[in-house]
Amino acid sequence: AMDTDLSSQDRKDLDKFIKFFALKTVQVIVQARLGEKICTRSSSSPTGSDWFNLAIKDIPEVTHEAKKALAGQLPAVGRSMCVEISLKTSEGDSMELEIWCLEMNEKCDKEIKVSYTVYNRLSLLLKSLLAITRVTPAYRLSRKQGHEYVILYRIYFGEVQLSGLGEGFQTVRVGTVGTPVGTITLSCAYRINLAFMSTRQFERTPPIMGIIIDHFVDRPYPSSSPMHPCNYRAGEDNGAVYPSVEDSQEVCTTSFSTSPPSQCVFTVTKAHFQTPPPVVTDTLKVPVMGLAFSHQLSSSRLSYQPAALGVGSADIGYPVLFAGGLNAAHPHQLIGPGKEGGVPPIPSQPAHGTQADQERMCTPLDGVHYSAATPSSSEDTETVSNSSEGKCGSPHDLLETIFIRKVGAFVNKPINQVTMANLDIPFAMFAPKNVELEDNDPMVNPPDSPETESPLQGSLHSEGSSGSSTGNTHDDFVMIDFKPAFSKDDILPMDLGTFYREFQNPPQLSSLSIDIGAQSMAEDLDSLPEKLAVHEKNVKEFDAFVETLQ
Amino acid sequence: PRRTPRRSPAGAAPAMNCRAEVLEVSVEGRQVEEAMLAVLHTVLLHRSTGKFHYKKEGTYSIGTVGTQDVDCDFIDFAYVRVSSEELDRALRKAVGEFKDALRNSGSDGMGQISLEFYQKKKSRWPFSDECIPWELWTIKVNVVNLANEQERQICREKVGEKLCEKIINIVEVMNRHEYLPKMPTQSEVDNVFDTSLKDVQPYLYKISYQITDSLGTSVTTTMRRLIKDTLAL
Repeated sequence: AMDTDLSSQDRKDLDKFIKFFALKTVQVIVQARLGEKICTRSSSSPTGSDWFNLAIKDIPEVTHEAKKALAGQLPAVGRSMCVEISLKTSEGDSMELEIWCLEMNEKCDKEIKVSYTVYNRLSLLLKSLLAITRVTPAYRLSRKQGHEYVILYRIYFGEVQLSGLGEGFQTVRVGTVGTPVGTITLSCAYRINLAFMSTRQFERTPPIMGIIIDHFVDRPYPSSSPMHPCNYRAGEDNGAVYPSVEDSQEVCTTSFSTSPPSQCVFTVTKAHFQTPPPVVTDTLKVPVMGLAFSHQLSSSRLSYQPAALGVGSADIGYPVLFAGGLNAAHPHQLIGPGKEGGVPPIPSQPAHGTQADQERMCTPLDGVHYSAATPSSSEDTETVSNSSEGKCGSPHDLLETIFIRKVGAFVNKPINQVTMANLDIPFAMFAPKNVELEDNDPMVNPPDSPETESPLQGSLHSEGSSGSSTGNTHDDFVMIDFKPAFSKDDILPMDLGTFYREFQNPPQLSSLSIDIGAQSMAEDLDSLPEKLAVHEKNVKEFDAFVETLQ
Repeated sequence: PRRTPRRSPAGAAPAMNCRAEVLEVSVEGRQVEEAMLAVLHTVLLHRSTGKFHYKKEGTYSIGTVGTQDVDCDFIDFAYVRVSSEELDRALRKAVGEFKDALRNSGSDGMGQISLEFYQKKKSRWPFSDECIPWELWTIKVNVVNLANEQERQICREKVGEKLCEKIINIVEVMNRHEYLPKMPTQSEVDNVFDTSLKDVQPYLYKISYQITDSLGTSVTTTMRRLIKDTLAL
């Protein structure tokens, strides 16, 4: 793109606008996934620090991460800034939900006025971003985070990686702004398998007893782009750590904003998103959705998504192999053969694998895990159903699986596949009896690995950032051994979460089932005359007893 | 949104370049207000700026627009609006009137509410100022009656999803960067913007509504003006 026509002042202004636009974009996206309602005040007096005439708070940690990812560069052709939003459950499984992309293409608009039109259109684009961040599926999920899952963000710069979004992901364009050096485009690609997973599923399962999983370990890799929780409480200890963006060089100076900087007031209010009551008619739908979703989760657990070894020096490798939460903690670790039980060996990736290569890598592996999870899936590994259930078996297979009970979030265990041997534990009689395939299920038998990220890691806020990473990687993972109630770990090592899920949904009482009920009613009726006779015989005693009460 | 032939409110001069967008929603009675507010606020978010402060030599500075999240009570939906209580009150008043008119009309519960952005063009005496619309948003509403709680629950979600689509549609239109009035000089600012609010400055707008009967023709044409400006007589 020829930019010799652009005056040097305009060029400088344009670069500054683009830089701050990128930073504000990241702020809007991350703040929209904090799980809280955002509220900022309008101010009629102009301030020098409100870029694009919008009151958007700058969370220092987020700005810091964005600047780190950008490393002094600006979005350009082939170099996009991406904000990845993902969900991580308390068991450590995670899943990408959205990728927001700020891209630049070569189409230039030479005529446009930088300091005026471009600036105002960037402002309009930010408003559109504010609106759009509330209408993708991840918004509602992020409003409900905290109990069973949290929402994380990751910023990277380079090539856009959409392979983690599952099949059938959708895109929404937020907008474009033409500039003399190229056209800025802002868009979002989001997973839609999630749309099947009604957020009601999370409401039905109460929080895991006493353990709120809301802390995530930073990945202390020097050139990596770690995941961060969106669940950030403004104003806590991080304030001092990062330089505020409002230092003197960063003040927004445009031709129409000339007053000294003033306060931007930011208040965050908690609000409970309306939780709709459970709907009876959807019981058929919900388990299927749950199954669809958890299939997706299973597949993300066992399939390999090759490293996206990005272009350029900011090596944002992003392999996401998850098995029992093992490597959710290390998105930058390539998993070689032998580390994960049941996962086929992965050939090494060339440095700049093409998208096509990556897709081909994924497909043969997808079929592998289904035999473990669903009885009827073996027929259907290659077929991709038309619906956005994507990699799951066809809907018919799913419906045939007999769901006697509702499954909790992320638990895909038709009742005949959960194992409970004859255990000497309380309520053993309630435990389902079949023994198949339990060993393959990492939820019941987590793979042995001392390096896992323990769910009981340190606190969310202070370790959430790169500034406080410790040197020795092993120190980051502390296995805490605890004995949950009702667990006898010499028989079956079980963590509290598993226990809770298993016993949360006991099978129906046999006396409530129709046949047995009818039978026992008949018996009851037959035995009535006898009982009456007994009572009549003892009537004197009963009367005496009643007397004592009066 | 579909493009319909431009409708001018009665009495206004026909305008060049007035684009018209139409959105349609089907909602339950109690969802009407929130659905209308969500759409209107989203449009106004994009069509409001900070307050202008003019200085000498024709330069001006612009105040800051704050935003806030609004959760709907009867719809599984949330939207962002400009942080301005005055603006919110004005919209709520208009939407409340629309909702009451819908309810009282006794018709099938069909109507539409329109948000029109216009510019004033001063005329010489004795002619009064002209209002020239440059953008018209029409929301067609169809009120449904639901039989039971289950249906209501489904409706909550469905309408929420529909509104998400509408927001995306609105943003698409906004992104076209089509005609916007030129930034005015100090003497002209009241012909382009509504400067009466203390914290933000939307483009001049008016809200009107109509209730239609089941044949689709307009039986009661009730035109209400919300903000001062007017029909030319």
